[in-house]
Amino acid sequence: MTPTALAAEARPFAGERSVTPEVAREHNLNESEYAEILALLGRTPTLTELGIFSALWSEHCCYKHTKPVLRSFPSSGPNVIQGPGENAGVLRLPDGWAVAFKIESHNHPSAVEPYQGAATGVGGILRDVFTMGARPVALLNALRLGPLDDPRNRYLFAGIVKGVGDYGNCVGVPTLGGEVGFAAGYSGNPLVNAMCVGLLREKDLMRARAHGVGNVLLAMGARTGRDGIHGASFASEELSAKSAARRPQVQVGDPFTEKLLLEATLELIESGLTVAIQDMGAAGLTSSSAEMAARGGVGVELDTSLVPTREPDMTPYEIMLSESQERMLIVAEPERVAAIQAVCATWELKATPIGRVTDDGLFRVMHEGLLVAAIPGDRLVDGCPVSHPETREDPAAAARRKASPANPPKADVLGALPLLLDDPTIASKRWVYEQYDSTVQAETVLPPGGDAGVLRVPGTRFGLALSVDCNPRYVALDPYEGGKAAVAEAARNVACTGAEPLGITDCLNFGNPDKPEIFFQFREACRGIAEACRMFGTPVTGGNVSLYNENPSGAIDPTPTVGMVGLLREVTQRVPSHFRATGDHILLLGATAGHLGASSYWEVVRGFVGGSPPPVDLAAELRLQRLLVAAAARGWLRSAHDCSDGGCAVAVAEACLGGPYASATFGAHLELVNSNGCSPPALLYGEDAGRVVVSCAAGHSAQLLTLAAEYGVPAAAVGEVGVPDGLLEIGLPGSGAIFAWPTRELRRTYFDAIPRRMKTGT
Amino acid sequence: MMRVAVVRFPGSNCEPEACRAVERAGGEAFYVGHRDASLRDADAVVLPGGFSYGDYLRSGAIARFSPVMEAIRAHAAAGSPVLGICNGFQILCEAGLLPGALVRNAELSYLSRPVTLRVERRDTPFSSAYREGELITIPIGHGDGRYVAPEAVLDQLEANRQIVLRYVAGGGADVPGNPNASLRDIAAVCSPSGNVVGMMPHPERLADPALGSDAGHRVFVSLLSSTRPVTSNR
Repeated sequence: MTPTALAAEARPFAGERSVTPEVAREHNLNESEYAEILALLGRTPTLTELGIFSALWSEHCCYKHTKPVLRSFPSSGPNVIQGPGENAGVLRLPDGWAVAFKIESHNHPSAVEPYQGAATGVGGILRDVFTMGARPVALLNALRLGPLDDPRNRYLFAGIVKGVGDYGNCVGVPTLGGEVGFAAGYSGNPLVNAMCVGLLREKDLMRARAHGVGNVLLAMGARTGRDGIHGASFASEELSAKSAARRPQVQVGDPFTEKLLLEATLELIESGLTVAIQDMGAAGLTSSSAEMAARGGVGVELDTSLVPTREPDMTPYEIMLSESQERMLIVAEPERVAAIQAVCATWELKATPIGRVTDDGLFRVMHEGLLVAAIPGDRLVDGCPVSHPETREDPAAAARRKASPANPPKADVLGALPLLLDDPTIASKRWVYEQYDSTVQAETVLPPGGDAGVLRVPGTRFGLALSVDCNPRYVALDPYEGGKAAVAEAARNVACTGAEPLGITDCLNFGNPDKPEIFFQFREACRGIAEACRMFGTPVTGGNVSLYNENPSGAIDPTPTVGMVGLLREVTQRVPSHFRATGDHILLLGATAGHLGASSYWEVVRGFVGGSPPPVDLAAELRLQRLLVAAAARGWLRSAHDCSDGGCAVAVAEACLGGPYASATFGAHLELVNSNGCSPPALLYGEDAGRVVVSCAAGHSAQLLTLAAEYGVPAAAVGEVGVPDGLLEIGLPGSGAIFAWPTRELRRTYFDAIPRRMKTGT
Repeated sequence: MMRVAVVRFPGSNCEPEACRAVERAGGEAFYVGHRDASLRDADAVVLPGGFSYGDYLRSGAIARFSPVMEAIRAHAAAGSPVLGICNGFQILCEAGLLPGALVRNAELSYLSRPVTLRVERRDTPFSSAYREGELITIPIGHGDGRYVAPEAVLDQLEANRQIVLRYVAGGGADVPGNPNASLRDIAAVCSPSGNVVGMMPHPERLADPALGSDAGHRVFVSLLSSTRPVTSNR
């Protein structure tokens, strides 16, 4: 019999609603998708089948709007062991090591239940990494929220940070970096992007491909409950007033079980007892089983009545679509099942056989002896109709790009710096990362609070530098340049520590793709990301797309978060971000044109979000990265910090203020070069791309300038590090003006900006 | 070579680095499970940090009922060295092997940051390699680290010199020296005889110069250089 003929046998489960076009619509399946399902099955689907289709054909699982665009990303390279399509991407490291990493969003759940939404986001990304056979060694996260003067946003922020922290802390994985930004567009639709980085021996890599007809499927870990049903579909619709009703659909995390699951999974993989293993993440049992079967080119048969449940009388529909956390699906040879169960028992876990691998390519679900779903498996995973949305730039965005501020400045040139350092997007995030364990595992070389977090690979001399970056203001105003800038900033941050950028994972957070202006942002941002990655030789090894990030007042700022992994060949040569000794010379690397368009200065001081973002010269960025790596390897850099939000003045100030637990600040005396005749605000606060403030021992200054010339990077010695707790003085050539700020006061402003708002709201 | 048992409860998560720190100081480290009845002739035992049994009830409250705790009690009673770090400290307090309790940090949130400590007493198996009064900076990472005890007990601890480490100012210009409002700035205490020590900070996390400091290394050097106590026959 053909698969289609076999599929004809499925019958509705007793008491199940019968499926109509209205029921299909409730499941977020449009008319043409439903027609496709009818044609594919040759009959009306059962409710269980409809639920399965709605999950796997949701944007979250099948990327139906975005697939063609995502294919344009460079995803191969000499160091790529595993590109997109698996649970995580994997890159080769020295000495037989490999790094598995991925970023994922948990935006919608966090909007309605911040603590659990964020916590389970961390749980999911951890599983994606350890399911590859990699031990998680670092977490990062990128959070975007509405302004903190709104109590709802403070509530979301506090809950999200606590959720992220509690989960990672309990599992014992250090959080080494992140990004937090605030803008009105995220009110009601916060973004929670969690990234996990794991280490494995290359030979131990595990791929989630079911094979071996007759092999057994086992459910490991937590029991299946009614939580999170339809999470994948929820993630694929706009947030609205009725979203609060989705609150019971948000899963509840149990990091203790996750820790046991992590250890058991790694032990199973290491012992070679399993054929394949996958997290039951979005769309739970449905996606894990269907995706493993499709990758292996086999069929599966599940018996949902065998799945251990938390409550009695769960229907096959509920069991297939539950997103209960901390569950894994294992494929194993039948004779290994007992050994697998024994390993699980040592970790206080259960592994229960719930199905088998078949040879007919069908995705079949049995319940109490009844066939309740039978769908051709390949069509289920790959057959989702791809849509090619229209694109058109929003004329308002184009107009805003060409505009310039009309408001008078809220502060003069001197007063602008403290105003910028007090902006929560720029200010220290100590209040956040202090709540995340950053030293567990005892391999932390550079903790959060600098350009990139750095960890050592155990037992070696090398390490990984990690950063997540995006400037949504740039992306909103010019998605193509903004996409380029996100990759360039992430690479620059990693290079500032002395590490070579290796590859990226991306989390593409956008609004509703059916709106042409939204899909324009998406396509253009991806074009920018792809171009930058090609230039830097940093492939995109995977990631996540989060669309429909809209609430009744509109879409979020487009936010393609880039997570970068870099290789630091000698951890002892890492370069921190802050000045370290009085008398060290300060150099500014990169060219200054005084570009104020789309700057923080315009937003914070002029009250204007607009203008064109600074263009990114990718070739110049690459030269700069290479210079930083070369200078660090020679041991010439005492510190390196990139210029981003707030430009050169903010970067120098941050380097002066010191790390989160510095015992004192440093003063500094600078005389900036002004070859373009820039205005003082443009020179100080312009956000030209590709610039880094470095310091070096006085004796290395000349060598560093020579090295910069060799690498083709414009460089200028601009000053010296001053005394502890001294003044930051910046002189502007020609004008004779010298601006001076007491660094102790700036430090207070910078470190107090977020805690103060969390206490008082202003 | 000194043999050090590192106890692994479900949810422990600092045990690999505890082993590495012991080995770096020249000892032999091995895991003992929560169900084990024996410490397998260990000379010393370390209860590492983490979230034993998830710590959903109260930190350390479930772990104290683990079968392995009987062996740890006997080991402590025999005068042999026992070190509890973070969750290990919480467990030792819950088990009554150390006085006092560790409750929610005053600011209510989890805190991960370096702290500066003063070594108050060097005649314990875990502090002998430091100078008395020496200041060291090592990390904390806890939500329940506020040391509390009745005033009378605190006075007794002072009188008996059972306070091993105290938080002092120095871990940053604009953060409090005492991170969690522990009473009398207590970061570590010991049993009356000094062989059982509990500390909230994590010396095992900063025991390798490649990470920028090895300020915690000497906790393990102290242990390895402590003489093996005479185990009484029971």
